Amino acid sequence: MSHDHSLNPETMPHEPEKATLEGKNKFIGFWFFLGGETVLFASLFGTYLALHNSTAGGPAGNELFGLELVFVMTILLLTSSLTSVYAIYHMKNNDFGKMTLWFIITIILGFGFVGCELYEFHHYITEYGFTFRSSAFGSAFYALLGFHGGHVTFGLFWMIALLIRNARRGLNLYNAPKFYIWSLYWHFIDVVWVFIFTVVYLMGKVG
Amino acid sequence: MDFFDRFAIPHPSPVIYASMVAIGLTVIAIVAGLTYFKKWGYLWREWITTVDHKRIGIMYLLSALLMLFRGGVDALMMRAQTAVPENTLLDAQHYNEIFTTHGVVMIIFMAMAFIIALMNFVVPLQIGARDVAFPRLNNLSFWLYFMGAMLFNLSFVIGGSPSAGWTSYFPLAGNEFSESVGTNYYMLAIQISGIGTLMTGINFIATILKMRAPGMKLMKMPMFTWSALITNLIIVFAFPVLTVALAMGTMDRLFGSNFFTTTDGGMDMLWANLFWVWGHPEVYILILPAFGIYSEIIPTFARRNLYGYKSMVASMVLISLLSFFVWVHHFFTMGQGALVNSIFSISTMAIAVPTGIKIFNWLFTLWKGKIKFTVPMLYSLGFLPIFTIGGVTGVMLGMSAADYQYHNTMFLVAHFHLVIIPGVVFAMIAGLTYWWPKMFGFMLNERIGKWTFWFIAGGTCLAFFPMFISGLDGQARRMYTYSEATGFGIWNMLSFIGALGLAAGFVLLVYNIYYSTRYASRDIGDDPWDARSLEWATHNPVPEYNFAITPQVNSSEAFWDSKKNGHTLFKGDYKEIHMPNNSGVPFIMSIIFFVLGFALVFSMWIVAIVSLIGIFACLAHRSFEKDHGHHISVEEIEKTEAEMRGAK
Ligand code: HEM
Ligand SMILES: [Cu+2]
Repeated sequence: MSHDHSLNPETMPHEPEKATLEGKNKFIGFWFFLGGETVLFASLFGTYLALHNSTAGGPAGNELFGLELVFVMTILLLTSSLTSVYAIYHMKNNDFGKMTLWFIITIILGFGFVGCELYEFHHYITEYGFTFRSSAFGSAFYALLGFHGGHVTFGLFWMIALLIRNARRGLNLYNAPKFYIWSLYWHFIDVVWVFIFTVVYLMGKVG
Repeated sequence: MDFFDRFAIPHPSPVIYASMVAIGLTVIAIVAGLTYFKKWGYLWREWITTVDHKRIGIMYLLSALLMLFRGGVDALMMRAQTAVPENTLLDAQHYNEIFTTHGVVMIIFMAMAFIIALMNFVVPLQIGARDVAFPRLNNLSFWLYFMGAMLFNLSFVIGGSPSAGWTSYFPLAGNEFSESVGTNYYMLAIQISGIGTLMTGINFIATILKMRAPGMKLMKMPMFTWSALITNLIIVFAFPVLTVALAMGTMDRLFGSNFFTTTDGGMDMLWANLFWVWGHPEVYILILPAFGIYSEIIPTFARRNLYGYKSMVASMVLISLLSFFVWVHHFFTMGQGALVNSIFSISTMAIAVPTGIKIFNWLFTLWKGKIKFTVPMLYSLGFLPIFTIGGVTGVMLGMSAADYQYHNTMFLVAHFHLVIIPGVVFAMIAGLTYWWPKMFGFMLNERIGKWTFWFIAGGTCLAFFPMFISGLDGQARRMYTYSEATGFGIWNMLSFIGALGLAAGFVLLVYNIYYSTRYASRDIGDDPWDARSLEWATHNPVPEYNFAITPQVNSSEAFWDSKKNGHTLFKGDYKEIHMPNNSGVPFIMSIIFFVLGFALVFSMWIVAIVSLIGIFACLAHRSFEKDHGHHISVEEIEKTEAEMRGAK
């Protein structure tokens, strides 16, 4: 849209993220992007399922995985999804300050997650010699987890850019869709994590 | 291998050296020409940075034609090599390289680009929109595709072409058996242009779902737009599989992972599965827009409305769903059990049903029509029988038990060429001829066009029908030569002659473009074909803003209604029009992608990392920049409209 539609409580539409044509386009385009991402992760899951028993003599999942750390990571990421919901709630109430605050909490949790994941990888590599190259299982594991972790990291920097960019602008119809779409993305990678948790860790521990 | 050795061509030949010189000279000539005529600024402002869907469409078109010739030369060389037994024109390695690049160039860089060209140009006009949903993303899509294509073609002169087939099966495509960097090019070039295609997919879905003119319900969309919608849905759900497969192939080759290797637990069949999970939907990505084009052309020149609109839509939806459940038919012989093969046999044959429905709908549209045999119509009429033969032989291949006989023979090669050429290539030329006046404001010459048609249609039949016979006789595909005693000689010679006919057809096509550009009348009005759908309701060539007033629509043939039934398309007065601004960032970003791809091909990690940072910088730049687009004032619109009408 051509003009800055700064918002005040009276002119606030019910769904600011979809109030302009551009916003609507972004919204639907992003949903289909997530559809494509779903297929992307589905292919990685398929690969993982096809290869997770091909350990080539190296360690298998049930020897490697420690559920404590994974549990902490899950809590971190799920909580961050919740805090991003709060942020969007404040966006809809046109409270820019609170929205920013909750987004900052969200990315702190996200960094916590990435930190744990890096620690986990480091542990596998140094303690078990379990690497991207050591077996097909290793390749599939790091590809799936790495893709997901990469998505999380990308999301973190994306939000940082959004926050810096809009710090002085306040909320308007131009940036509301951007924040909203980010939160969709964030929920999406959260859901992917739930699948990773189940398919990789729980099933790996049992199987 | 030593670092610098990798840049050399592993199996050089005079042809390759000659091409190097030719490429070098062409580049110098282009640069010199642009500088001499002071066209750099024009090129940059009006084309490279453009966000106008029409211009992006035309750039796709030119690139597609360029790639058609690259792929065509490969094809001619293959047919020449096999024209006589025990020929020595090419050795085995060169032959392998050429059939590989032929397949990739034709499918990924020619056919895809061609359909995206026509979608770009036509879809926004058919739905009465000003542009696509994300105009700048559209520019990025094009440049990513283009850079991917250039990267792929570069393999010919730097480092060597890929030679593991367009299907690039592992372990053949692994480091052990494909030592040169050729397959790296394959993985990375297709990856880069695939990202562009994925974005096109998202862009057009959003465009078609959200930007239709008032009154155009989904079931009132022109059929080409329907086909574009479904095609783009398939793109969004199929291309990520290719993305993953290529990424894993790249990692196997560059970082020593074990996805597809035969050691350390890797699984080579995983590649075949992932490739075809994308690959079969891909053939429908190519054919559905072609179906859409025929559904526009046949009613226009049969002078009747399309028979069975609803069943046309339903059959496309069905085809798109089924296309995801048949991939195993590409490797019936590679080790699944009888049960799996049977299931995929049945799903494969099921696709023939919706396809058959469409064929009958077209036939019923023609029935009792007052047919005008224009060039686009000739291609449509040629398509019906030839495509049917290709499709029927597809069903033969789909019977898994019988496929043990046909698989990897020339019979298969005949099948897919006889669906892809009448399907995609005929449709592209037909669509090009049909929409040419929309693009450029004059028509292609009909007489030359008809000659072209007969060369191309005749050439196709002559080139590919003999392969059915030699294939059934046991001639394997992808073999660079055969002995005299096999008796394949005669069939291959016929194929070669057919290929020459096809080549002559394409040369005629280009000649027609040249001839018509020089001599064709510019005074053709806005509706030279007496057409039916909305894109013909604006001027030829189309002004920047497409429609001065957003049209109001109440049927799938809105323009026809406005001509025959007094429907008013344009109500109200001119209003200021808001348009997006051009941008150079997508181009720069695509160049960086190119550098990234090249660096990865040759394992130059530092360059690769720097380019990755550059790409992220471009992304960040986008979110920090202020860009509100610009407005076209009412006076400007009035002026343009007056000129456009005055010119007629
Ligand atoms: C009725 C519809 C069709 C059926 C039943 C069918 C069936 C098949 C089967 C079973 C194969 C594999 C044969 C083998 O490898 O032994 C095949 C290959 C192929 N088909 Fe079709 N097909 C159909 C339509 C199409 C269309 C419309 C296109 C493209 C526009 C197409 C393009 C291809 C290509 C490119 C290959 C070969 C790929 C390769 O191995 O290099 N097919 N088809
Ligand atoms: Cu197929």
